[in-house]
Amino acid sequence: MKLTLKIWRQNGPSANGSFESHTLDGVSEDSSFLEMLDQLNEQLLGEGKEPVAFDHDCREGICGTCSLTINGHAHGPEDSTTTCQLHMRKFRDGETVTIEPFRANAFPIVRDLIVDRSAFDRIVQSGGFISVRTGSAPDGNAIPISKVDADNAMDAAACIGCGACVASCKNASAMLFTSAKAAHLNLLPQGQAEKDERAINMVKTMDEAGFGNCRNYGECSAACPKDISLDYIAKLNRDHAKAKLKKIFS
Amino acid sequence: MNLDPQIPEGPLSDKWDNHRFSSKLVNPANKRKYRIIVVGSGLAGGSAAATLGELGYQVDCFCYQDTPRRAHSIAAQGGINAAKNYQNDGDSIHRLFYDTVKGGDFRSREANVYRLAQNSTNIIDQCVAQGVPFAREYGGLLANRSFGGAQVSRTFYARGQTGQQLLLGAYSALSRQIASGQVKMHTRHEMLDLVTVDGHAKGIITRNLVTGGTDAWTADAVLLCTGGYGNVYYLSTNAAGCNVTATYRAHRRGAGFANPCFTQIHPTCIPVAGDHQSKLTLMSESLRNDGRVWVPNDKESCGLNPNDIKEELRDYFLERKYPSFGNLAPRDISSRSAKEACDEGRGVGPGGRGVYLDFADSISRLGESAIRERYGNLFQMYERITGENAYNRPMRIYPAIHYTMGGLWVDYNLQSTVPGCFVLGEANFSDHGANRLGASALMQGLSDGYFVIPYTVGNYLARSGAGSISPDGPEVKEVLESVKERTSQLLSPQGKRSSRSYHKELGQIMWEFAGMARNESGLKKAIGQIQDLRDDFNKNLIVPGEGDRLNVELERAGRVRDFIDFGELLCRDALERNESCGGHFREEHQTADGEATRDDENFAHAAVWEYKGEGKEPTRHKEDLKYENIELAVRSYK
Amino acid sequence: MFSSSLGKKYLMALSGLVLIGFVFVHMAGNLQVLLGQAQINAYAHSLQSLPWFILWGSRLFLLAAVLIHAFTAYSLIVENRKARPNLNEIEATKRAGLASLRMGLTGSILLAFIVFHLLHFTIRTIYPEYAEMMTTVGSPDGTEIHDAFLMVISGFKHDVISVFYVVAMGMLCAHLSHGFSSVFQSLGLRSESWRAKIDLVAIGYAWIIFVGFSIVPLSVLAQKHGIYEFYDPSFFSQEVEEKSLSTNLLNNES
Repeated sequence: MKLTLKIWRQNGPSANGSFESHTLDGVSEDSSFLEMLDQLNEQLLGEGKEPVAFDHDCREGICGTCSLTINGHAHGPEDSTTTCQLHMRKFRDGETVTIEPFRANAFPIVRDLIVDRSAFDRIVQSGGFISVRTGSAPDGNAIPISKVDADNAMDAAACIGCGACVASCKNASAMLFTSAKAAHLNLLPQGQAEKDERAINMVKTMDEAGFGNCRNYGECSAACPKDISLDYIAKLNRDHAKAKLKKIFS
Repeated sequence: MNLDPQIPEGPLSDKWDNHRFSSKLVNPANKRKYRIIVVGSGLAGGSAAATLGELGYQVDCFCYQDTPRRAHSIAAQGGINAAKNYQNDGDSIHRLFYDTVKGGDFRSREANVYRLAQNSTNIIDQCVAQGVPFAREYGGLLANRSFGGAQVSRTFYARGQTGQQLLLGAYSALSRQIASGQVKMHTRHEMLDLVTVDGHAKGIITRNLVTGGTDAWTADAVLLCTGGYGNVYYLSTNAAGCNVTATYRAHRRGAGFANPCFTQIHPTCIPVAGDHQSKLTLMSESLRNDGRVWVPNDKESCGLNPNDIKEELRDYFLERKYPSFGNLAPRDISSRSAKEACDEGRGVGPGGRGVYLDFADSISRLGESAIRERYGNLFQMYERITGENAYNRPMRIYPAIHYTMGGLWVDYNLQSTVPGCFVLGEANFSDHGANRLGASALMQGLSDGYFVIPYTVGNYLARSGAGSISPDGPEVKEVLESVKERTSQLLSPQGKRSSRSYHKELGQIMWEFAGMARNESGLKKAIGQIQDLRDDFNKNLIVPGEGDRLNVELERAGRVRDFIDFGELLCRDALERNESCGGHFREEHQTADGEATRDDENFAHAAVWEYKGEGKEPTRHKEDLKYENIELAVRSYK
Repeated sequence: MFSSSLGKKYLMALSGLVLIGFVFVHMAGNLQVLLGQAQINAYAHSLQSLPWFILWGSRLFLLAAVLIHAFTAYSLIVENRKARPNLNEIEATKRAGLASLRMGLTGSILLAFIVFHLLHFTIRTIYPEYAEMMTTVGSPDGTEIHDAFLMVISGFKHDVISVFYVVAMGMLCAHLSHGFSSVFQSLGLRSESWRAKIDLVAIGYAWIIFVGFSIVPLSVLAQKHGIYEFYDPSFFSQEVEEKSLSTNLLNNES
């Protein structure tokens, strides 16, 4: 395959970025999107040029490191797929592919296609945990948890924290991420003790990080490589409202 | 080199208890005076940093990823073992211990493995309390499955992403400590060297991958939780960033490296498709519960559509060779059988390096929907990567490097030969011997981090006292300068070849000569080729850009440089270990029908390598493994 | 409660809910035009004769809902622009429909429409003579009351105005088709199993509102252009309006 790649280049967070075009020939249909970029970088090195910096790690769709907007779609046009699991057979020979970083004010660009997603960590630090000391846990089977609840929590916990929800949202809202993190714990009996505080604090941190507001149109869930449901957003809306009301009336 | 394993006195089952009692404690009020560095934030590092922070120590945790939640523990799919015996099927701590030692082909330390089995039950409790959404039965209790050659159901799992869920548990505990200020997290930092003062580990040098800054960090103890070295093969199931630099640099500073030749090949990976390939993707071994492995009886049929090959023309080689374990034979055995079949020319798919994993029988027995429910995500992943639908035609699988049992030598306290430098998880060598059983890596990482290190590091600190050296001290400066010097060396030769091309070539050498089967002449050849590769690397490498900013090529060049040196060490170890055991298969040592033969007389030891300086041959030491509770037996899965 | 991003969503949802309810009642009222002059005039008169605190209370309540909805939307939009200052080279979507993406646009047009509508039929500054239309038809006690029927017919006889009304109702339809189900999402009252159903109801509701509101202007236009006779044709002769106005003027003078 032969491709024209239109790639965003930016030297640093405060530098001005712009698109750069490259032609890449001999791309295998079986290679992944990142392997195609590896190939481009080898070509650039051969020409004495600086390779394109992009984030990637596990390359099997679970670590959530890769973060490209491909032809306007976070992780590319395929559903339920991370960039590293997107294969070149999904593109046409001769196609022009536009590659951009995940764009959001809360995700400043580090270099080229690499963005800083530490805001997600701060959201988790503000409440995405159950406060249990190592060694103080009761037996694993002490609290039965219905399979339905366990499965539901698992669906939420499947979030890989890649940030595609933010990148695909026209408002750069982080509600899908935050709500999945909160719902995972709020759905389990172990998470009940801190449920209210969790909802309030995580939302507060999310707001402070500069994410936009959820408009309920579901682009996040459509772009999510793990198909996280909008239900969790509804649940966080509910949990947050309840927590706030309780606070007012207590 | 002092290789005293520090195994506590007493009967096996009391050793850990005795040891905890005889360990010195750090006064709670004094804990905040101690600084501990944790390198790596996977299951071992994340759980250790969280727990130590919780205890009151000042912890600095480093990872090369952009967030601690992405460490490669995340990729483990299958599950985590624990001797809970919830299924009432005859499991016990002793059985898990025995299975692990036997699975490791009797090359692990009894006392460590027993402790691992003891801790396994606490791990499940801890993780459940953290909110890890383990699979459950309709009655609300935890579900189990049997996994990777075990005859009891002791594996706990969270759909196909047990690793991610356990890591998120550790990460959430870590996040809580970060929020409270007990742990300072340093992301996008890569450890480049270990600082020792009077022989004790007192700090590390890191590169800030964003700014390019080289910084020194000092502490009272250093914990290396930096994972395995599978990427020395270039193609492996490891993440692209996994590297040996932290452990290899510590090795250069005096930490003995044990059993580097013990590498594990995972039998169920998606075969290589072409030159572009940058990694191999593993599919959970649980697939073997319902899939049957076969190749055609004769070479001529290999090119045919598998559905057109008649039943009697298929060789279900695992079922044929290992009737009692069949398709569930341990990883090393299954892998090697697949290689043999391909070596005979009966491999399938591009390049002839693949065997079929066929679900047709299970689908006709259980229905497609049952199979879809069990493995839907894996079938989907397979289709995404290969473009083939495994419901209609058998999957193609081939073994790939997956886990490395070798690592820095540690004693019972997980302390390396450098006092104050502790090594946890896959980075150490201790628990899996020559082969690791499925679902045991997660168990070990968490056992080390949550339940072992808090005691043993406390014991060390209580005995050595607080008082970190200053980051401006002369010993620190010296190491810092040497790291900077090395960086400028990597940047200076403006040759023609990228670090990736060297890495690829190294991988090819390693896979060919030190892969699934090894022999003396091949290993010698490999050592020679690696030395040539190193010379070429030093002259002909190109790294564009500067060192004082984000520079991905520079990062890779440094890692590849260490892989080259380490690859040579691995080959040396494989050459010296003149026996077949576990993941280490020497062609010279096999029975007539191709089974590995161990040499307990001469090799019932851990081989520990001591670094002797640049360009000098390392020295091989031995820690003899004493089996007081288990009788060494031939590992048979027939 | 309302300072966080979710707080603002609650405000949007609650004020939206009030307006969703209101448009239905309003539509039901409007449809009485179809039943003739007496019916609609009586209905209009009964509304006007409500005790002042109820009348003004509901007016202020509705006004507050509109203002809260509009101001919160504005502040959300400002925040959202700040949250994503740099757009993609290619702005693509997978699921979001035009209606949901363009709530700001449809909302702004609706706001302009509401202002126009109030000036047109409620405060009657655009055509002050509407205030002067009086009749005894539909009056409960035979006294003169405002001739709402005549006002509506006269109002919608202007092609441009009627078309604007219908277009605005199209905007309302789009706005509701997302907004209705969005209310449930924002208040946390929606789940995956209910989502499809609520979305369906939302779209159905939006269309009912659209059709219900558009029937009146469209029917007036249709009759004006001789397509179909919905109403008493006498209201469509030029003189009616003038006669009504002059009678009122005479009455006032006398």
